[in-house]
Amino acid sequence: MRKQGLQIAGFATVVAAIQLVTSLTGNVYHLTQLTMSAYYSLVVLGLCILTGYAGQISIGHAGFFAIGGYLSALLTTHDLSAHGGLIVSGLAAMGILTRRPDLYGGDLLTVHPWPACIFAVLTAVAIAFAIGGPVLKLKGHYLAMATLGFGIIVYRIVLGTELVGSADGIYNVPAFPLLPGIVVSGKSSLRVMNYYVAWGFVILGMVFLLNLVRSRVGRALASIHGAEDAAEAMGIPTARYKLKIFVVSAAFAAVAGVLLTHYNGGIGPSESSVMKSVRYLAIVAIGGMANLWGTLLMSLLLNYLSLRGYFGTYDDAVFGGILILIMLFAPDGLLRRQLFEELRAAVFPAGGEKET
Amino acid sequence: MNLDLFLQYMVAGVTYGTIYGIVAVGFNMIYNATGIINFAQGEFVMLGGMTAVTLGRFLPLPAAILGAVLITMIVGALLEILFIRWLHRPSVLRMIVITIGLSILIREGALHIWGESVRALPYFTGTSVTSIRLGGVYISPQVLWVVGIGAVVVAILAGFFRYTLLGMQMRACAANRDAARLCGISAKNMVTFSFMLSAGIGALGGCIVSPITYVQYDSGVPLAIKGFTVAILGGLGNSLASAGAGMLLGILESLSISVLPAAYKDVISVAILLGILFVRPSGLFGSVEEARLKEF
Amino acid sequence: MRGRNGIIVAFVALALLVGAGVQAAEPIKVGAILAVTGPASFLGGPESRTLEMLAEEVNAKGGINGHKVELFIMDSGGSPEKAVSFAKQLIEEKKVLAILGPSTSGETMQIKGIAEEGKTILLSCAAAEVIVNPVAKWVFKTPQKDSDAIQAIFNQMKSMKISKIGVLSGNTGFGKAGKGQIEKLAPENGITIVASEVYDKASTDLTAEVTKLKAANVEAIVNWSIVPAQSIVIKNARQIGFTGPIFQSHGFGNIKYVAAAGAAAEGVIFPAGRLLVADVLPDSNAQKPVLVKYKNDYEKKYKEDASTFGGHAYDAFMILAKAIEKAGSTDKEKVRDAIETMRGFVGTGGVFDFSAEDHNGLGIDAFELLTVKDGKFALYGK
Repeated sequence: MRKQGLQIAGFATVVAAIQLVTSLTGNVYHLTQLTMSAYYSLVVLGLCILTGYAGQISIGHAGFFAIGGYLSALLTTHDLSAHGGLIVSGLAAMGILTRRPDLYGGDLLTVHPWPACIFAVLTAVAIAFAIGGPVLKLKGHYLAMATLGFGIIVYRIVLGTELVGSADGIYNVPAFPLLPGIVVSGKSSLRVMNYYVAWGFVILGMVFLLNLVRSRVGRALASIHGAEDAAEAMGIPTARYKLKIFVVSAAFAAVAGVLLTHYNGGIGPSESSVMKSVRYLAIVAIGGMANLWGTLLMSLLLNYLSLRGYFGTYDDAVFGGILILIMLFAPDGLLRRQLFEELRAAVFPAGGEKET
Repeated sequence: MNLDLFLQYMVAGVTYGTIYGIVAVGFNMIYNATGIINFAQGEFVMLGGMTAVTLGRFLPLPAAILGAVLITMIVGALLEILFIRWLHRPSVLRMIVITIGLSILIREGALHIWGESVRALPYFTGTSVTSIRLGGVYISPQVLWVVGIGAVVVAILAGFFRYTLLGMQMRACAANRDAARLCGISAKNMVTFSFMLSAGIGALGGCIVSPITYVQYDSGVPLAIKGFTVAILGGLGNSLASAGAGMLLGILESLSISVLPAAYKDVISVAILLGILFVRPSGLFGSVEEARLKEF
Repeated sequence: MRGRNGIIVAFVALALLVGAGVQAAEPIKVGAILAVTGPASFLGGPESRTLEMLAEEVNAKGGINGHKVELFIMDSGGSPEKAVSFAKQLIEEKKVLAILGPSTSGETMQIKGIAEEGKTILLSCAAAEVIVNPVAKWVFKTPQKDSDAIQAIFNQMKSMKISKIGVLSGNTGFGKAGKGQIEKLAPENGITIVASEVYDKASTDLTAEVTKLKAANVEAIVNWSIVPAQSIVIKNARQIGFTGPIFQSHGFGNIKYVAAAGAAAEGVIFPAGRLLVADVLPDSNAQKPVLVKYKNDYEKKYKEDASTFGGHAYDAFMILAKAIEKAGSTDKEKVRDAIETMRGFVGTGGVFDFSAEDHNGLGIDAFELLTVKDGKFALYGK
C-alpha cells in the first residue's frame, strides 16, 4: 500500500514538475499534447487491465471511446429548440437542457454536458455488458476477430450516419463545466487547468486500477490469464470476472472519449478506426502487457510524439513496427516486471537482496 | 423486385463471392499448416494487383500477372522466414499481433512506394463498357474471367492436395505436425510453402479482380475481414467450404442493398461474422466437436 | 563639420543595412495541415507536393518582399484530433502567419474555432459551404462552391430538356454536401429526383445501385463522390446498358480517374476548374497563363498529372503570397485585410473576388463544363 502511495505521489510530482518547467521556460504549449496524451492514456490503461492482466485481447477498444465521445458530442450540439413536445420541456425544467449561444449569435437548446456525459458513459457500459457475455466466451483468434468486428461496426455506423456528421464528424462541441470553476475546454487560457484535470483523471484511474490488481479480483484475473480452465476448476467464476473487467475497461475508454471530445471541441470517425484500436494495443504491448506504470509511461511518450507530428507520414507504420518488434523480441513488453529483476541480476549477481 | 434485377444482383454477388472465397482459401491454407490466422492475407491480394499494374507497363498482360504472382509468393516466403519461422511455439496473442503489425507495415510500404492513387489492370477481354447480355442481365466479360479462374484455382488446389506428393505432405503436417516430422517431412519448409502458396493465390485474385474493383494501398484490410468472415463461415480450415461460403456472403451483401442503405453494406459482413462467432464458431460446415478440441 | 556629417550618414547607412539584413533573415512562417496519408490522401498528396513546389520556387526568387518562406507541412492523416493538435502547435508554438489547408471539410470545421481564437489566417482547401458560411473573420477557403457546380449541371440539364434524374452519392462529407445541395436546388430548376442512393465511399461495385436507378427510368444520373467510386459508377452504369448522360461532380478532376474508367468515361459531363483543359483554352482567357505554368511545372517536377485538388493548394499559397506583398508586412491583421480586399486574383480555381461577406471569392463562372473525349478532358459543347 505504501509503495503504491509513493509511486502515485512520485508520478504526481513529475506531472507538476513538467507543468512548472514548461511555464517557466515559456513552452506552455506543450501542455496541449500532454493533455491529449493523458486522455488517450486512460483508454490504454483500461485496455492494459483487460489484455495484459486478464489476457483478453481486444482490437476494438476505439469503438468504446467513440461511443462515449460521439454520444456526448451529439447530445451537446443537437439543437432541440425546434421540438416543442412534453419531453423536451420536461427535461428543460429538470435542468438537463441548457440554452447557449452558438458561434454566430444564434440560440441553441442542447443537453447540458453533465447529463450527456453520464448518458454516454452509461450507454457504453451497457453495450459492453451486452456484447461482453457472448464475446468473452470466445478465445484466441475468435475473440480478436469479434472485438475487431465490434470496432468496425461502430466505425461504419458513425461514418454512415448523417445525424453524427458522417465523414465530417461533430464540431462546435461546448466546454464541459465539471465543477464550479473547473472546465474541460481547449481554450488556451485554461490550458494549465485542463492539464491538471486530465492528469488528475489519470491518477484517479491509476489508483483505482492498482487497487483492483491487488484485490481479489486482480488475483483472480492473473489466474484466468495463466490457465483459465484451472481457475474455473478452482471455483473462480471466470466468466463473471472477465465481463467485469471488460466493462471497466470500456468505461475507462468511454470516459476518455467524452472528456477528450469536449477538450478538442469535436470528434471524427477516425477516433473509432481500426488503426486507433491497434495503436492502443501497441502501447499496451510495448509498455509491458501486465504493467500499468510501464504502459502509462509509454502512452505518454508515444502519444505525445505522435500528436506533435514527430513521426510524420510514417505515423501508422511506427505503431505497426513497434507491434512487430515487441512481439518478436520482447513479448512481455519492454518495461516488463522481469526487466527490473534481470537488470538487478546483471548488476548484482546472486547474493543481492530481493525486494518483495 | 423482378427477376432481372434479382439476377443482376446475383451476378455482382457471385463476382465478389469468388474474391472473398479466394482470400478465405488463403487464410485456410496458412491456418491448416500453422494454426495462425494471417491478418496480412488481404495485403497479398493488394500487392498482387499493384505489382501487376507496375509490371504491366512494360510487360504483356499474362507476363505481368505471372510476375506479380511470383513476386508476391517471394514476399510471402520472406515474411514467414523473417518473422515467423524462428518463433518457438508462440502464443495466439503474439501471432495475432505480429500479423496485424505486418499488415500495417506492408500497407504503409505500399503507400510510400506507389502513392495513394487507385490502379487497375486493363480488362482481359473487351473494355470497361463491353458487356454480354443474357436476357435482361448484363455481365461484363471480366466477371466470367473472375469466376472461371476462381473455379480453376479451387480445382487445381483440390487436385494438388489430394494427388501430389507435396500436397499430401502439407496435409500431413496440418493433421499432425510431429508425426509428419517423424516421417521425414520438413515441417518448417511446409510452413514456408503454405505461405508462398497462400500469397500466390491471393495475388492472382488481386490481379483478376482489379479491373473491376481497382486496387489502392489500403484495399487489403476490408478484404481480409471479409475473407476471414467467409473462412469462419465455412469452418476454419475447410477450403472447399470457403468457396461456398464466399458465394453466400457475396450474394447476401449484394442483395442487402435492396433493403438497407448502401452505406451500411459493409456492416452486413461484420454482423454475419459476429453472428457466426456467437452462435456457431465452428462455421456452417465445420464440426462442433472438432472446433472445441482445437487448441487456442 | 563635413566629417561629422559623413560619420552620421555612414552610421545611418550602416544601421539601415543592418536593419535590412536582419529583416531579410526573418523568414515568413507558414503552416499547412494536409491529409498526406490516410483516406483523404488523394487530396493531401497533390496539395502537399504543390505547396512544396511553390515554396521552393518563391524562395529561389528571394522570397516575398525579401523574406524567405518557411513552410511547415504536417500530415494529419485526415484525423480531426491530429488537425486540432497541429493547429494549436502551429499557432502557439511556431507562431505561423497563416495555416493552409486542411484538406477535408471535417478537419477544417474542427479547427475553425481554434484559428479564430488564435487570430491566425486559415486558408482552407476544403469545399464545404459551412466553412465560410457563416463568415468567420480569419477563415477563408479556395475551392469553388458546391452549389455553383450543381447549378452549372442543372443549367446544362435544362438545355438538354432533362427533368427526371437519379442521384448517387458517397457517404463522405463531400457527397453529403453535394446531395444536400442537389435536393435543395432541384425544385427551382424543374428537376425531379426520382431515385437516390447513398453508398460507402470505398465501395468496389455499384452495379446494384445503378441497376436500381435504371429501373426507375431516370433520364440522367448525377454522381457526387470521390475516387474510386466515380470511375466505378460510370463503368457499372454503361455495363448494364444505361445510355443516358452521366454527370459527375468537380471531384472528377484528375485524368487518372478517366484512365481508370477506360471507355466508360467517354461522354461524362462535369463542371470543373479550367486547369484540366488549360491547353485548349483560348489565349485570351485570363486564367490560361497561370494554369499552363502550374500544370507544366507540376507535371515536370512530379511526373504525374496535375489535378484540381493540387490547384486549391496553389490558390491558397498564391493568395497568401499576394496578400503579404500587398500588405507590405507580415502583421496578421494587415495580411488578413489584404486577402479580404483582394479582387480579380487569377488562380487555378477561377478568378477570386473576396469581400467581407464572401470569404470564398468564386462564383458560378469559375466553372467550365467539361467532358471526356478520346480519353482526354475537353470543353463540353465546343
